[in-house]
Amino acid sequence: MKINISKIIIFSFVIFSLFVFWQGLKKNNSYDTKNLIGSKISSFKLSEINNNEQYISQEKLKQNKYTLINFFASWCAPCRIEHKYLLSLSRESKKIKIIGVNFKDKKNNAINFLEELGNPYYFVGEDLDGKASISFGIYGIPESILVDNELTIIKKIVGPIDQSQYEEILKLIK
Amino acid sequence: MLSNIGIGLVTLVLVLSFLTIYTATLDLKTSSQTIKKSIYKLSLFQTTFTILSFLTLIIGFLNSDFSLVNVYENSHSEKPFFYKIAGTWGNHEGSLLLWINILVIFSYLFLVFNHTHDKKFRLYTLIFQNTLILGFLFFLLSNSNPFSPIYPIPLEGLGLNPILQDPALAIHPPLLYVGFVGCSIYFSAAMASLLSNYGGKLFAQSIKTWVKISWCFQTLGIIVGSIWAYYELGWGGFWFWDPVENASLLPWFAITALMHSLIVLEKRNTLYHWVVILCLSTFILSVIGTFLVRSGILNSVHTFASDPSRGVYILIFLSLMIFSALTIFFTKHKKEKYNFNLKSKETFILANNWFMAFFLVTVLIGILYPIFLDVLTNMKISVGPPFFNIVIIPLVVPFMFLMAIGPKFSWIKSQNKISYKSIFPIFGAIGINLFIFYFFGEYSLLSNLIFITAIFLILHSFLDIKKNISKKNIYQLPRIISHLGFGLLVFFIGINHQFSLEEDFNLKVGEIKKTDNYEINFQDIKIKERKNYKAIVGNFELTNLKKNLVEYLEPEIRIYSNPETLTYEAAIKTKITSDLYLTMSNVSRSDYYNIKFQNKPFMVWIWISALMITFGGFMQLSLKKNED
Repeated sequence: MKINISKIIIFSFVIFSLFVFWQGLKKNNSYDTKNLIGSKISSFKLSEINNNEQYISQEKLKQNKYTLINFFASWCAPCRIEHKYLLSLSRESKKIKIIGVNFKDKKNNAINFLEELGNPYYFVGEDLDGKASISFGIYGIPESILVDNELTIIKKIVGPIDQSQYEEILKLIK
Repeated sequence: MLSNIGIGLVTLVLVLSFLTIYTATLDLKTSSQTIKKSIYKLSLFQTTFTILSFLTLIIGFLNSDFSLVNVYENSHSEKPFFYKIAGTWGNHEGSLLLWINILVIFSYLFLVFNHTHDKKFRLYTLIFQNTLILGFLFFLLSNSNPFSPIYPIPLEGLGLNPILQDPALAIHPPLLYVGFVGCSIYFSAAMASLLSNYGGKLFAQSIKTWVKISWCFQTLGIIVGSIWAYYELGWGGFWFWDPVENASLLPWFAITALMHSLIVLEKRNTLYHWVVILCLSTFILSVIGTFLVRSGILNSVHTFASDPSRGVYILIFLSLMIFSALTIFFTKHKKEKYNFNLKSKETFILANNWFMAFFLVTVLIGILYPIFLDVLTNMKISVGPPFFNIVIIPLVVPFMFLMAIGPKFSWIKSQNKISYKSIFPIFGAIGINLFIFYFFGEYSLLSNLIFITAIFLILHSFLDIKKNISKKNIYQLPRIISHLGFGLLVFFIGINHQFSLEEDFNLKVGEIKKTDNYEINFQDIKIKERKNYKAIVGNFELTNLKKNLVEYLEPEIRIYSNPETLTYEAAIKTKITSDLYLTMSNVSRSDYYNIKFQNKPFMVWIWISALMITFGGFMQLSLKKNED
């Protein structure tokens, strides 16, 4: 039988593409809450929105018993909805500290947003181009990641925090 | 209750699909020249039950029957009637049922309308089409059932995403589905034609109408989507080279190539295998597009969670489709001899196909490369407008040139004279371009070339129309109108791109902003309660300082309650020569509003010329005989 090169090329290209798609699907699971839980967060460094000379990195989180990293923006409507839960979290529990990461936003808008709704964060990190957030595995905002003092992810919430998730967080940090 | 009826109907369709395949396989072996009556009946029953199942879902949405998860998640009792219906296909599960409806209806119509064609060919088509139907039915029942019940029954639904509550977007998905899923029938027909050795001219005639129908709907669907983006997204743009948009372009390039090469197959009885490749790839590309969009693999920072298990299913389905298509194609493939004269219509049609293939590959690379890179090396890049603009736009210049002169050539071999005469309008085009260049503003060399070839194509088409009307030959008109539409589209997009004005600033109520040509007066703000949202309406007075013309614009910020979302509604004043486009967004905790003002010349003409392209297609469909 003659070997037909073009056939081989076509078939291998198709198989390769389908394989990549399949891998891509598996990879997508890493966005799934369950897979990230238990893993450590990657190292990061963010500057404070009001004072660019002040930084926060993963090392500082070790001083808190629990840290909730919340990704928000002033243009994001669901962020407004979840904001009241963040506020009451920071009021209710002393064990948890909340960091806000301001995602693809304008500085002034972000500051106004916090003035209007209240500021639950003890540190607001600036991520104007969204790159830092993406390295956290964020693919839409709002999203929140709960870590303990060993930087292990305990919970990951995609979308706005609601009542049941709020209660779950309180239970987790008891 | 409704859940049981729906699931019952869908299961019935599934059984009928099996029966159709079984009876058709049996019928293949008989010596009779006609298809058994029972197959027609099975197919008719199948169509009826599919349509009934879709009506059941619509009734669920209309009655706000929240015992269905799908209705609960995507509807709300206070939603306007029209959007209740649109909600049916505004979500993954419902749209899948619409897919199946189109698959089934096309299958039946193809069977009935092609009664003059070979029996074996028709039976194989039916078998392949029903295999596709089965695949989607299993998908629907196992993973994406729109009739899944919920208990206890919720009192109120979650509502439809407000951004989707728009007339253009309500009709956009069905149009695209008819376009994309309609391709399935000639995918099946191409496979059948390979297996039954029913190729050539007759095959071309059997699928011609179906290709045109799906082309028209695809084109219209893409245009409507683009109009929606312009009105709703509030960025003033209409095409963003966004991965989802690109996914819809892939099958469109393939089908446009197919529509042209099909003419060669019909008239010259050649290019058969190429036509088959295009038939197969059009539907495969549609399914790839669906896979990319629904599996969530195209996750950008703008999309929300999707279900990877859907992706796995579509991927398996896709692999089966591609491998069976390739296997059947390669086993049946015979070398064809092409003997084309350079100065012949078929050569130019082939040139069209090469351009389409080039555009297709470019867009495909733009979509796949970031995915491949991410999966294989973990690097995240995004391929955006600059890439597509650099690669595609220069090629549009020769493309339009050939589009104008190509149809002038006759089949097999043309006389020399024709081509010289048809290049004549180029001088007119150069003249008009010089006029625009000197009186309205300068632009790059590439833009010059684009304008010249676009105007050339336009002038050429007008001359063609004149000639054909004087000869009383209407059968060429659809083609000329579509080509003219394309020329105008490129021309107006070019003008729009070159001469758009954009201003971005913050204003308080009562303040006035002056730009070079306009004075923008933010007069006041009103709050209005509407049926399913609250609106903050701004009143703007716009004075054109050059012409001393006053316009009033009222952009809105809408606050929807179910689900709670803010949307920004642009105020658009459409005039014959330009669009005034103004959006307003609130700057939190301050009296200031962010205002984006744009003056976009000839916007409405972009829509008109794009619609002209589709109109040509529909006109050709309505002309029964479109011979040379």
